[in-house]
Amino acid sequence: MAFCSKNSRTIINNLKSKLGLSRLMNQGSDGCLNNTNPCRFLPLTTLPQLRNPDSYSHKTGHSFCSQRFQSTTSEQQFASLPNGEHSQELDFPGGKVVFSPEMRFLSESPCVYNNCYRVLDDNGQLIGNSNFVQVSEEIAVKMYSSMATLQILDTIFYEAQRQGRISFYLTTIGEEAINIASAAALTSDDIVFPQYREPGVLLWRGFTLQEFANQCFGNKADYGKGRQMPIHYGSNKHNYFTVSSTIATQIPHAVGAAYSLKMDKKDACAVTFFGDGGTSEGDFHAALNFAAVTESPVIFICRNNGWAISTPTSDQFRSEGIAVRGQAYGVRSIRVDGNDALAMYSAVHAAREMAINEHRPVLIEAITYRVGHHSTSDDSTKYRPADEIEWWRMARDPVTRFRKWIETNGWWGSEAESQLRSSIRNELLQAIQIAERAEKPPVNELFTDVYDNIPSNLRDQEKLLRETINRHPADYPADVPF
Amino acid sequence: MLAIARQRILGQSFQKIRPAVSVLRSYSSAAKKITVREALNSALDEEMSADPKVFLMGEEVGEYQGAYKITKGLLEKYGPERVLDTPITEAGFTGIGVGAAYYGLKPVVEFMTFNFSMQAIDHIINSAAKSNYMSAGQISVPIVFRGPNGAAAGVGAQHSQCYASWYASCPGLKVLSPYNSEDARGLLKAAIRDPDPVVFLENELLYGESFPVSDEVLDSSFCIPIGKAKIEREGKDVTITAFSKMVGYALKAAEILEKDGIHAEVINLRSIRPLDRTTINASVRKTNRLVTVEEGFPQHGVGAEICASVVEESFAYLDAPVERIAGADVPMPYAANLERMAVPQIEDIIQIQESEGYNSFAFVDTVVCAGNASVNN
Repeated sequence: MAFCSKNSRTIINNLKSKLGLSRLMNQGSDGCLNNTNPCRFLPLTTLPQLRNPDSYSHKTGHSFCSQRFQSTTSEQQFASLPNGEHSQELDFPGGKVVFSPEMRFLSESPCVYNNCYRVLDDNGQLIGNSNFVQVSEEIAVKMYSSMATLQILDTIFYEAQRQGRISFYLTTIGEEAINIASAAALTSDDIVFPQYREPGVLLWRGFTLQEFANQCFGNKADYGKGRQMPIHYGSNKHNYFTVSSTIATQIPHAVGAAYSLKMDKKDACAVTFFGDGGTSEGDFHAALNFAAVTESPVIFICRNNGWAISTPTSDQFRSEGIAVRGQAYGVRSIRVDGNDALAMYSAVHAAREMAINEHRPVLIEAITYRVGHHSTSDDSTKYRPADEIEWWRMARDPVTRFRKWIETNGWWGSEAESQLRSSIRNELLQAIQIAERAEKPPVNELFTDVYDNIPSNLRDQEKLLRETINRHPADYPADVPF
Repeated sequence: MLAIARQRILGQSFQKIRPAVSVLRSYSSAAKKITVREALNSALDEEMSADPKVFLMGEEVGEYQGAYKITKGLLEKYGPERVLDTPITEAGFTGIGVGAAYYGLKPVVEFMTFNFSMQAIDHIINSAAKSNYMSAGQISVPIVFRGPNGAAAGVGAQHSQCYASWYASCPGLKVLSPYNSEDARGLLKAAIRDPDPVVFLENELLYGESFPVSDEVLDSSFCIPIGKAKIEREGKDVTITAFSKMVGYALKAAEILEKDGIHAEVINLRSIRPLDRTTINASVRKTNRLVTVEEGFPQHGVGAEICASVVEESFAYLDAPVERIAGADVPMPYAANLERMAVPQIEDIIQIQESEGYNSFAFVDTVVCAGNASVNN
């Protein structure tokens, strides 16, 4: 596991006894700066990592190590000096420090941060010696079905937008494992604050295909009363906060909600999702800082998919990914293979226990790839090679990878596969037809919900509008009830 | 940080900080006067006591007792879970407050001044004001943003702007601005109880001023309805609208005008959004003349909206063009003499007797800005 603190042993033992997570905690603390393992280094070519897909595995190389390796060995030497040298310790209000006569800068790239948790290999087979939380057949099959449903949902709605039937759409292709596995590891009491690429969480919680279609078509049955663009789903009863287009604003919201959950002593946490681009916003930094200070039970899940519209991560930040930032704020963090549904499930499961029982925030950086375009307003072949996109779509598909695992376990087969795909497809096409034909929200809904109670000026405006419509009935759209 | 706060409180038993409520009890039942600061403090205290979901957050609100001592004694009384000293990030703590409100708590977020709220304005507008509408009623945001607004004394351009018109233009927000202690108590209590997001604009220079209050005002259930202006002084010759500190100036100006035989009706707006157009228009229909007073910049200000409302609804009743008195159209200067000229003074309000046609009718195509300077648009 990639987190480490001085108290890690006590925490691990605590967790072991209380929660039976012994399977998870077997590994030693690999990712810790204080350990004496030799420094492992990623070659610099992994920075523009997606230009060379092959470098995106967990290769280590020592070629760039030598200069930095020098400085880290001195740190380790100092740490093992006899006690007399440690009397150079002093308390400042800003922190306790140990002085050193040697001038040493912290490397801009921390030396042991290439650990990325994965449980299934690229062929969906369990990696030996892996620790993970067991998933029952029922849950695993539900996870797979949901991932496949999400894929089909995305494909069909994308097409609907291209046909001009809805105005806008945004796919989750390539990130199905993050969506479904994280949702599966949470409970329905956990409050979710999404960015916009997480409809899978809502799907897992029971939002029906019809409800998705209703929102995209903005009809009378839309819970959002037709006020927002497609994909801005929201549902109180599913504890899924309405998607808002602003980037990263949901991150401090989640911290606030988590703080409230803590004050209410609820057995629940807040979970928020965002992309690699969102971590550049000020809100991300303020939220992480605050979450650590207020000890709030919140899980931050970053979908590091390599792209923020056309901005690759090398233009977005120069830190070694996102998990190191969590550490900088005093937040326990882990880097996970986002395309490995089992690893995501385990990480979120563990994070949830820590968040609620220890009142602490946890950051999960899920490494993945945005296979689709940013949205229907984007053509990503303009800024990345089409064959790169195809490679990720076919060779690194998280849905296929998970399917191979459940097939190996004898829980799934090709017949079940084709049956699922065709039934979901039919159900979706049905739902779209119904949603398209349904009436739009009535005109009075234009004026409600601005405030808790409708104020007099809006009542007057509605009256004026109705009078205008009465005078020109022919100009009024037929599908909007009066 | 919270752990340290807890330890300090426990060890502080001999250093009692008496909350304002006990101060009030020590007054006799005759002429009670309380400062605006005490009014705000007691309102917060009572609302926090009545509803465990109410909590405070802001910079220096806890251990420091509040940058302007408005939250004095509350950390000691309610503990660090309900009075949060935040790190220095308006965007951060506003977002967090909104998140807490989404879940169902009732945060009262303090900005050290509303100038700093510009850092957080995305959360105030996009995350708070619009949420109920965008979520179709699923997400209500019962949050209050409060703090000093407008000019203080010698704090320069970045600490002196008035944000009343900025926030009042946004649907989904309620914007209140108290003048005296009664306003402060009643409006703050109403704001905390209101399920919609409220921007509560105080005034630093008024914090220390005392005003008489009745027993009714001191009662813990006292509340002023949002959206109702108050006629502070009745008159028949001209209507003067004002809010916050300018109400005091308008009242003084009205006394001076009285000696010249001009009886001014002074309206304390109290609520900038929703604006009490009914009261304003009824008054203008009685007096036939209107002067709006505000500290903020003239363009797109509160006076502009009032003028538009009156022109739309009571045009036939106006005997003279509506006159706006506002701050000078410059970033606030620091030097005391320049600052005085950049903010409306009582002399500027009295000057209306010339332009409102009492001496001679002159068509005034300008806004009267402070310092007796006319600005031609």
